[in-house]
Amino acid sequence: MSQTPPVLQVEDLRTHFFTRAGVARAVDGVSFSLGRGEVMGLVGESGSGKTVTGFSLLGLVDPPGRIVGGSIRLGGEELIGRSERDWQALRGTRIAMIFQDPMMTLNPVLRIDTQMIEAIRAHAPVSEADARERARAALARVGIPSPDERLAAYPHQFSGGMRQRVAIAIALLNEPDVIVADEPTTALDVTIQAQILYEVRKLCAETGMAMIWITHDLAVVGGLADKVAVMYAGRIVEEGPVDAVLDGPLHPYTHGLVGSVPSQNRRGQKLTQIPGMAPSLLSLPPGCSFAPRCARADGACTAMPDLVAAGGDRAMRCHHPHQPPGETAVRATGEVAGETGRARA
Amino acid sequence: MSVFILRRLMQSALVMVAMAAIVFFGMHLVGDPVDMFVSPDMDQADIEQVVRALGLDRPILEQFWAFVTSALQGDLGQSFVFGQPALGLILERMPATLELAFIALLMAIVFGIPLGLYAGLKPDSPVSRTIMAGSILGFSLPTFWVGIMLIMVFAVMLGWLPSTGRGETVDVLGVPVSFLTLDGLRHLILPAFNLALLKISLVIRLTRAGTREVMLQDYIKFARAKGLGRGRIVGVHVMKNILIPVVTVLGLEFGSLIAFSVVTETIFAWPGMGKLLIESIQQLDRPVIVAYLMMIVFLFVVINLVVDVLYSILDPRVRLGDRGA
Repeated sequence: MSQTPPVLQVEDLRTHFFTRAGVARAVDGVSFSLGRGEVMGLVGESGSGKTVTGFSLLGLVDPPGRIVGGSIRLGGEELIGRSERDWQALRGTRIAMIFQDPMMTLNPVLRIDTQMIEAIRAHAPVSEADARERARAALARVGIPSPDERLAAYPHQFSGGMRQRVAIAIALLNEPDVIVADEPTTALDVTIQAQILYEVRKLCAETGMAMIWITHDLAVVGGLADKVAVMYAGRIVEEGPVDAVLDGPLHPYTHGLVGSVPSQNRRGQKLTQIPGMAPSLLSLPPGCSFAPRCARADGACTAMPDLVAAGGDRAMRCHHPHQPPGETAVRATGEVAGETGRARA
Repeated sequence: MSVFILRRLMQSALVMVAMAAIVFFGMHLVGDPVDMFVSPDMDQADIEQVVRALGLDRPILEQFWAFVTSALQGDLGQSFVFGQPALGLILERMPATLELAFIALLMAIVFGIPLGLYAGLKPDSPVSRTIMAGSILGFSLPTFWVGIMLIMVFAVMLGWLPSTGRGETVDVLGVPVSFLTLDGLRHLILPAFNLALLKISLVIRLTRAGTREVMLQDYIKFARAKGLGRGRIVGVHVMKNILIPVVTVLGLEFGSLIAFSVVTETIFAWPGMGKLLIESIQQLDRPVIVAYLMMIVFLFVVINLVVDVLYSILDPRVRLGDRGA
């Protein structure tokens, strides 16, 4: 899939927040690319910059935040430096977004049809009737029963899972090339989450749209994504094909994350945890941001490691990476990790 | 919905009865109207005749009973001063007060919402700070002082606008109104603005607070992510949400606009109910005062009901029939 020209190519994206207490480098040199139909998991703790990365891709960073540098190319077109009017034309048509809390993303006082039809008519001179028909079809596509009646309903008449389906339907309305999904299943219970993941996977395969799935749930990523990028303190610390990364994490942070997920073949053992807390973006240590929490850190870590290729489409940012596991080890943990991921998805 | 309205009507009736009792007995504690109607050269027999004529010789409970029974038939008593039905006197002056209150309400909406919206969307701009500072003044300056200042500046010093009376009126459906003539409109501006100032400030602050809160909501960001223009987001997504508190408060405030137009009407010699009330209080014209207060209570009750119904139209999450209490 990575052989075809990428739909979305992000290079050295930097989004900073200029607060009174100092400059918070929420996104600091993030690069990745996404092919057609590809699903990328963007993983990290709260405050690691994943959501800001998502907002940056749609030009939705509000003051005091600002994109200070880098490049976002959508289908070969550079987006950074465009006017607000250009962004407005792109949003919802070429690149769309789904938010975390389905209870909050739909306007409570507007009917579903109003909120869907306006999204179509904002971008194309479509008649009210045609727009309604498209809205109806979009609702049907995400598995909402009796879409005709549901169009006339208000958001509070839907359950959380149904609202998230509506939000997904709205994101799909204009058939965008890329959808940024910001933890869209975090607020839902596990069975609804599984249904939504299944539908999303299917929709990506059907329509060929690429997706960035922002989450902190490794199991979801394991079941859904083609590749994964792990963020820590505004930087990508490890990326690669999802199975390879989850089965044999190289960066100590990824290693810690994977180790903290319960798994069947480690029944009875204590879960490992990463000591300490995610650092404040206002006072990052010099060098590797993860060093203060890292068991492998030494003097070399006071210099920021570069993101280096690690073979097999993988890259990581560490002076002392874990060794790629031996062949037997890969198989043993690999199946289990893959298994948990799929079972929960 | 109908159950809700029925229940509300019963509650309203209860409020009216309680208010009637409080007002009626309360009025008997403040002054004796007989003193106003007797002259020093009257003898005891004449005075007693006056007292009997006014019906004040009977025990108070009996008087109250007579008041309640006739009130139920729509008769709130005769004015001591004018010798006419008190309710008729009030209804005769009500259109003037209602007109003033409606124009003031209109001003509150027309000035308050756009200014508040601007201040909410650009909270840090100098213009917004000026608007907010102005609204604090509007809140804190006493109505009577502002009224006098308005007359000083616009009527006396600049001579632009008249300061007293209703001006020329035209009859619409038998009711005289000022706002349809140029002269009447000129007479309306100062008193209506005086009455509206507090409400304009209130609406500015409500709208600004609502706008700032709504602008931070996820659904606004989601609307932006859909690629909607700013006009649509502010005009539909924000407006419809902030109108809920604004309509609620304005509805309730409309009652107080009518009730407290007393001060403005007195300053601008506006021939409305408020002016009648002040005159009646000075002359201890009990039936008129009682009738006026009953009228105001009735208005509040009706307005509250209308606001509740409007609220349910604006906010789909509120369905009146569903509410238990």
